[in-house]
Formats: sequence, structure tokens, C-alpha cells
Amino acid sequence: MIRLGVPSKGRLMEQTFDWFAERGVRLSRAGSDREYAGRVEGAENVALVLLSAGEIPRELRAGRIHLGVTGTDLIREKLPGWRSHVEELAPMGFGHADLILAVPDCWADCEGLDDFATIARDFRAEHGFRLRIATKYHRLVRAWLSAEEVADYQLVDSQGATEGTVANLTAEAIADITSSGETLRANHLKIISTPILRSQATLLRSVAAGDADAVQAFADRLGL
Amino acid sequence: MSKREKQAIGQQILAAFRAAGAEEVAPDLLLPAETLLDLYGEDIRARAYVTQDPIRGEVMLRPDFTVPVVQMHMQNGAEPARYCYLGEVFRKQDQGELQPEHPRDNEYLQAGFELFARDAEADAEVFALFHSLLAPLGLRASMGDMDLLMDAVRALPLSGARRAALLHHIWRPRRFARLLARFSGQPEPRNFSQPIAPWSGLRGREEMQRRIDRLQADAGELPLPAIWVARLERLFAIDAPAPEALRQLRELAAEIPDISEAVERLGRNLALLAARGIDTDGIRFDASHGRHTMEYYDGMTFSFVAEGHADWPPVATGGRYDALAAVLGQGRAIPAVGGIIRPGLVHELGGLA
Repeated sequence: MIRLGVPSKGRLMEQTFDWFAERGVRLSRAGSDREYAGRVEGAENVALVLLSAGEIPRELRAGRIHLGVTGTDLIREKLPGWRSHVEELAPMGFGHADLILAVPDCWADCEGLDDFATIARDFRAEHGFRLRIATKYHRLVRAWLSAEEVADYQLVDSQGATEGTVANLTAEAIADITSSGETLRANHLKIISTPILRSQATLLRSVAAGDADAVQAFADRLGL
Repeated sequence: MSKREKQAIGQQILAAFRAAGAEEVAPDLLLPAETLLDLYGEDIRARAYVTQDPIRGEVMLRPDFTVPVVQMHMQNGAEPARYCYLGEVFRKQDQGELQPEHPRDNEYLQAGFELFARDAEADAEVFALFHSLLAPLGLRASMGDMDLLMDAVRALPLSGARRAALLHHIWRPRRFARLLARFSGQPEPRNFSQPIAPWSGLRGREEMQRRIDRLQADAGELPLPAIWVARLERLFAIDAPAPEALRQLRELAAEIPDISEAVERLGRNLALLAARGIDTDGIRFDASHGRHTMEYYDGMTFSFVAEGHADWPPVATGGRYDALAAVLGQGRAIPAVGGIIRPGLVHELGGLA
């Protein structure tokens, strides 16, 4: 039996169900909306497991599910050495979001990462501590800034309402996921530079779960 | 591989450090995180194990010995002072996209020696100690000098602001190269519109204005003549057996007189090493050596690397870190030079005996 992990609620679940339906496999929740069990029609030997999107990387790594749907951002942030643990079978064309670095809109002199690096250096000299970037994507942001040779900053953890941290004076900049940029604009923030990562919902295969033949048969059934 | 054998090699190194006049110290395993994070930045947060103490706040499992040893010296030491230590350090080995087949240890021994002294022979003393101790292993010894590079940057005919920017980024090669390229060309004037958005955040309006003023002043700067870029590139590229490197540096000092002092200091250091019986032809002087280390050393740097083990870190590293000691000394300048050996790698190479 192949276990397929799918986000358990919201648009991500609905769009995942649509994506599979277009490929002839009907996924649905069993019973009431509150029950986290699922039904699969149109494919043999596949069980649907409804999970929080954030837990899917961990379940794939442990091999407790054979296939899983989650965002590229979560895989890369939560699974160090991700290529050793999962294989990307298909980008699914929805759940698009960019991980971006944003600064206050009022910083007229900040038009790119070079400006940002200089501002960080000035800020540290002026305030006696490193410029703070609020984020929950610590590994991705740190690796990116290190590759871009930006110094003089520190990350502060923010698990929600990250756009509010600048106005609340707990950070000078933020790194977060955005799809339309509306929340950024509402909080008077602007994006600088290209995205740190472009993310979308992706169907992934677990290396640890094995059963390669059965998984391949199901992938063939989906036309992948 | 047994921990006891590594520990025994560590003790052997420690005995040699004690014989060289060092007092043994034993810093705590749990260190206050704030000082380390402020000094090393996110580099260390990515590598160190940070945890929470209800009373002491954020604490870190010792990622290196230098900071606690400097602090200990500042509380009750008088120069000259020599300290040695042996103990575990803890570093996360956060992998990239692929999990390595043989992950490096996240917990390993370091044996170290630190010398606080206003003594012209301090660099040579420390290097010679490490060199003689590690001699049986046939390692590749490399040396560099960050102060020499910084003197060369200070010598560039540039505005103070430009020079400060280059000095700040000397450890970040691509950012440094980009700045140098920008300073060599005609700066493009930049116009910033007045922000429409309401002001927000801790960075003040006047801070932004100061930077804009600086940029406007910079637009009037003359380009750095190409000959200076060429001289700097020649300096950064010097990588040869130490006596040959010294000859090349002396030649270059005719064109960059401001490095003469650092070059002659290197000459004296090499002579001191030779007087201690070290064949200086066997030491490689790589001018850019210290640019690849953490932002930490600001004088001599050195490393001892096991050839044929490309995936290993150096068996021993060290250098002069006056600036770091000055930051920790809160104004009190303490000339400091030291280094560490990894007993675990010495063990894998068959030990010192």
C-alpha cells in the first residue's frame, strides 16, 4: 500500500485534490470535514493521509509516507540535505509563493542587496547591534545571505505576523513568503532584489519509504 | 575510534604547551550566547548549539575557546601570559542539498595555546611551537598576514569612506572585488525620490540622510587608477615558499611603500623562525590566506593541513587577533596570538610519537 500525504486543509488541499482529479484519481475526505482520513478512487493500493503541510517534509524523510505534497520552501528549509531524502516528481503549478527580503518602503536609498549590505554596516555602527531580519526561514535566509556575502545582520525568529515586526521595532527587515505582495504593501514594506527562493506546491517521493516499483506504477498512472 | 586515544593525544599536546610556559585553564562548556553572536554573527549561530537557560538567558555549547580565554585573561591576567587548554567544542555540520556520506564530527577536541604579550617575537614563538610539535606529521604549513593586506588597502589613494568600506569587506572577496571595480570607474549619480510611505522602523531619517550625503560626496570622487588595482591584485596573488614570497613582497613594497613595515616584520619573523631551526622554505606564504578565515584574525594567520585529505579541516589553525581582543577588552588593547590543534585528526594521522 502506497501512502500519499496531502495537506489537510484549505486551498492547498482543494487544489491538490483538483490536480489529482485532472489525472484521473479522485481524492476525498472520508466522512465529515473534521475527520483526517481520506479516500482514493481511480488507483489501486493507494491510501490518502491528511497531514499538516509543515509536517509533510518530516514524514517523507522518515519514510512514513511514500509520496507527499508540500511547498518547495518547506522542503528546503526543514530538510537539511533534502536531495538525499526526497525526489521531486512534479511541480504542481499552484501554491506559488516567493521567499523575499523586504525593507521599509521609506528607505529610499535601498534599491538592492548592495545597498542593503551597506545599510546593515552603518546600522551596526550606529546602534551597536546587528541589523535584525525577522523570519521563520532561518536556514534558507542565512545560506542565501552568506552566498551573497552580506554581513552585519542577525536573524530574529518570527513565526507569524512577520510583516508587523518592523513597525513594532523588533526588526529592521523581514524575510518571508509572499504571493501577491499585498500584506507587504499594507505594512509599508518593499521587496529588494530577486527572490531568495521561488516556491510552489510539489509532489515528492520519499527515498526512505522504498516500494519503488509500486510508486513508479502510481506515477505512471498519473502520467508523470 | 576511541575517545580515550584522542584524549591521550590531546594530553600529549597539552603537556608540550605547558612545557612552553603555558598555564592550563578550563573554560565553561556553556557560554553566554550574546557575546559570541555579536562577535561572529550568523556564521556562528548556524554552527553552534544554542539553548535557553531560565536565569542566564541564551547560552551556547562552547563553539571555540578563544572568547572565554580572552575574557578570563582580562579579569585577572597580566601580560605577558600564556594559556593552554584541552576540551570539546561543538559545531553543527549543517549540510547543503545533499547529505554527506561521512558527516564530520559535531563534537571534537581542541588543544590550544594563547599568548598575550607586547613582544615582537610573539608571532614567531607561537608559530614555531605549533610547527615543531606537528613536525612528525609532515603537514603543509601555510602562513598569511591580514595586517599586510590591510596596510595595502589603507595605502590606496581613496576617500576615507571608500577605504573604510574596502577594509570592512576584505574577508568577503566578491563584495570586495565589486567595490574595487566600482571605485575604479566613474560613479553613476544616483537620485533618490523622497519616500511617500510613512517612516517606520528603528533606522532613522537622519541615518538615511547621512548615507545619501555620503553617496553624493562619493559621486565626485576620481576613479582609482588602474595601476593600484593591479598592485593590489598582484599582492593578493602572492603564494610561494616564504623566502620567495618575501622577495616578491619587497619588490612590491617599492611600489606600495606603506606595506614596507609589514613586509619587514615578516622578514624578521622568518629570520626568527630560521633561528629556531625551522626551514622557512617549507612554509608557504599565501597573501590571501587570512581572507578565507572567519572575520577574526587581523595579523599573522597560519594553518597546518594534511595533504591527501581534501575533505578535512586543517589539523591546526591560528593567528593574531588583536582587534577581537580589543573588542572584548572594552577599550583595553591586548595584543593576542594563538592557535588550536585538533587531536582527533592527529590521531587519524597516526599520532605525534
